[in-house]
Amino acid sequence: MITTNENHAAKTRFWNDEKTRGIIYQVVTAMLVAFIGYYLISNVQDNMAKQSIASGFGFLEKEAAFEIGEKSIEYSAADSYGRALVVGVINTLKVSLVGMLLTTMLGTIVGVCTLSSNWLISKLGTIYVEIFQNIPVLLQLFFFYALFYEAFPGPRQALSPVAGLFISNRGIDFAVPAQHFAWSYVVAAFLAASVIAFFMTRWAKKRQEGTGQQFPSFWIGLGLLAGLPLLTWVVCGAPTELDIPALKGFNFQGGQNISPEFSALLFGLVLYTASFIAQIVRAGIQSISHGQSEAAMSIGLKTKHVLSLVIFPQALRVIIPPLTSQLLNLTKNSSLAVAIGYPDFVQVAGTTINQTGQAVEGVALMMLVYLTLSLLTSVFMNWYNKRIAIIER
Amino acid sequence: MRQFKSLFIGCTLLLSSAGLVFAGNGDTLKAVQAKGYIQAGVNGDLFGFGKADQKGVWKGLDVDTARAVAVAVFGDLKDRVRYTPLTAKTRFTALQSKEIDLLTRNATQTLGRDTSLGLDFVQVNYYDGQGFMVPKALGVKSAKELGGATVCVLPGTTTEQNAADFFRSNNMDWKTVTIESTAELSQAFYAGRCDVMTSDASQLAGIRASSPKPDSYMILPDIISKEPLAPAVRHGDNQWKDIVNYSVLTMINAEEFGITSKNVDEMAKSKDPKIQRFLGVTAGNGKALGLDEKFAYNIIKQVGNYGEVFERNVGVNTPLGIERGLNALWTNGGLMYSPPFK
Repeated sequence: MITTNENHAAKTRFWNDEKTRGIIYQVVTAMLVAFIGYYLISNVQDNMAKQSIASGFGFLEKEAAFEIGEKSIEYSAADSYGRALVVGVINTLKVSLVGMLLTTMLGTIVGVCTLSSNWLISKLGTIYVEIFQNIPVLLQLFFFYALFYEAFPGPRQALSPVAGLFISNRGIDFAVPAQHFAWSYVVAAFLAASVIAFFMTRWAKKRQEGTGQQFPSFWIGLGLLAGLPLLTWVVCGAPTELDIPALKGFNFQGGQNISPEFSALLFGLVLYTASFIAQIVRAGIQSISHGQSEAAMSIGLKTKHVLSLVIFPQALRVIIPPLTSQLLNLTKNSSLAVAIGYPDFVQVAGTTINQTGQAVEGVALMMLVYLTLSLLTSVFMNWYNKRIAIIER
Repeated sequence: MRQFKSLFIGCTLLLSSAGLVFAGNGDTLKAVQAKGYIQAGVNGDLFGFGKADQKGVWKGLDVDTARAVAVAVFGDLKDRVRYTPLTAKTRFTALQSKEIDLLTRNATQTLGRDTSLGLDFVQVNYYDGQGFMVPKALGVKSAKELGGATVCVLPGTTTEQNAADFFRSNNMDWKTVTIESTAELSQAFYAGRCDVMTSDASQLAGIRASSPKPDSYMILPDIISKEPLAPAVRHGDNQWKDIVNYSVLTMINAEEFGITSKNVDEMAKSKDPKIQRFLGVTAGNGKALGLDEKFAYNIIKQVGNYGEVFERNVGVNTPLGIERGLNALWTNGGLMYSPPFK
């Protein structure tokens, strides 16, 4: 670079000032990024217009005209694309939430098992982890799906181990209570009981910390959770009518159905992710020095209390961050549902893209939905992580 | 300065990769001639239309259509077509993004696709319609008896919409199982996951032919939609569109004249001026399209006329066993009709 040395004033030129230069760099970079973003978007829009490819989100209001295999809200082919996509999001949420819950439970149990002093249990735990962690999840999904439709008979020869329960290659059909106003009150009572039990446990813990007096909050809580809904049910007239699935024509009508697609997806995702969580839990527990459990035992705590009061609270700090990423993986892996026919968001969005031809908008929506789900999971887990982190005194 | 340099390189890369280039008139032919082959998007999984055999040789009606275009452009078939197997979902995007030059993948021509996907359909190479396949053991004789059934559907096709329309207009309940891959969907159907499978009738015939027990399935007589399957090219390159269009029409016209791959040399000596013009003995047609004057002769000689191609891939003597039906020449009560080559 050529510079002139003529005006070497006492004050440095403003472009030689470190601070100003830093700001200039940042402004230039920001402008470049904005320009590139603008260029890319306008270029895509231009070219799509030139090739007469439709754009915009107007299609969301149009009639979808396709059917969705499983839906938790009212939907028919006469509804809009927007509603179809909502059905897809709910299906994704359903499998992700149930999956996260089950996989955390299973993973923790297996993780503890691998550390068991019982040879058989610890080996079984290790074998589980090695098998499920080392087979690609897509293959596992294909396997479980094939298992469901190959192993079970058709609906006309459905297995019925208990009255009101039917297992066939159309899924699991079971009886549910028939519609009655009492059931919504029962659910409300259960929710109320949960809230009361939560505050009671908090109060009991505070009292124990303050006075050392114990309170049987577990049993009373359980009693509340079971008793209050039961009481409501009796008060409302104790309806006992059931909606029992019955074979009509090709399929079972009535009752509740859990489809082979949902089951296979849930099974595959839960078993696969649990193998990773087991490893994380094992590592977390092993990271706590042995002296801790020895000290706990020497003051006379029972084994279960050693685990629940001393080891786990410390291990959780190591476990939570990698656990979060596994739970995120489960949500993202749920998009493999397309391969086995579970109508998750990706599948519905895929059909929408194909029928409307608006791939850019469709893919943008897909990214938005998964980003939102992942961010929400992260926010929750970070909050929890902060809560259990060591409080510096 | 180094920072700026890397930034600059980054920007250049980004800008140059900013995809989607507009197709101009004549661009495709030039590009194809320059690289020496045609990249054709095909099904890859559909027996009779586009599928590689055990030796890796591509076969099918759609594959032969692509080969006809290649012969028209190059005059020979020495590695002149390369195939990209596409799913129903990816096919149009592949064409839009210039990944392929030509789409011959049993795609139904519709107004919506023609106008909003940036592509043009040419002469139909197979008139199809959507049907239903059921296990014979089910005892169903008509699609109207399918109320309450579970139906296996391939996603990302007009199939989903047609089936939904059919069940809606007949006030019947139904459940869908939608799986992305044909192979996986067929497995689920054979195992009884669904009572019915729905797709284009030709596709059902292909799936039945490759099933473990073809005799235990039947295709119901009801056809619920019109599915004109046509090759497609990018919108905007009219010359390329003409070439693809007239390559398909050449095969149809040849059948009408009774010219086959066997007798084409004989026919080239014909005194009929129509045949002389058609086979390029009298020059004109080739130049108009920007091709060799012998393009029609080459297509017939190396690929065959439409009847030969049909019978070889999907006809009654193949495992698919499909009758000519709508795909017969107009002179035989079908819809195959070519404008005159002059």
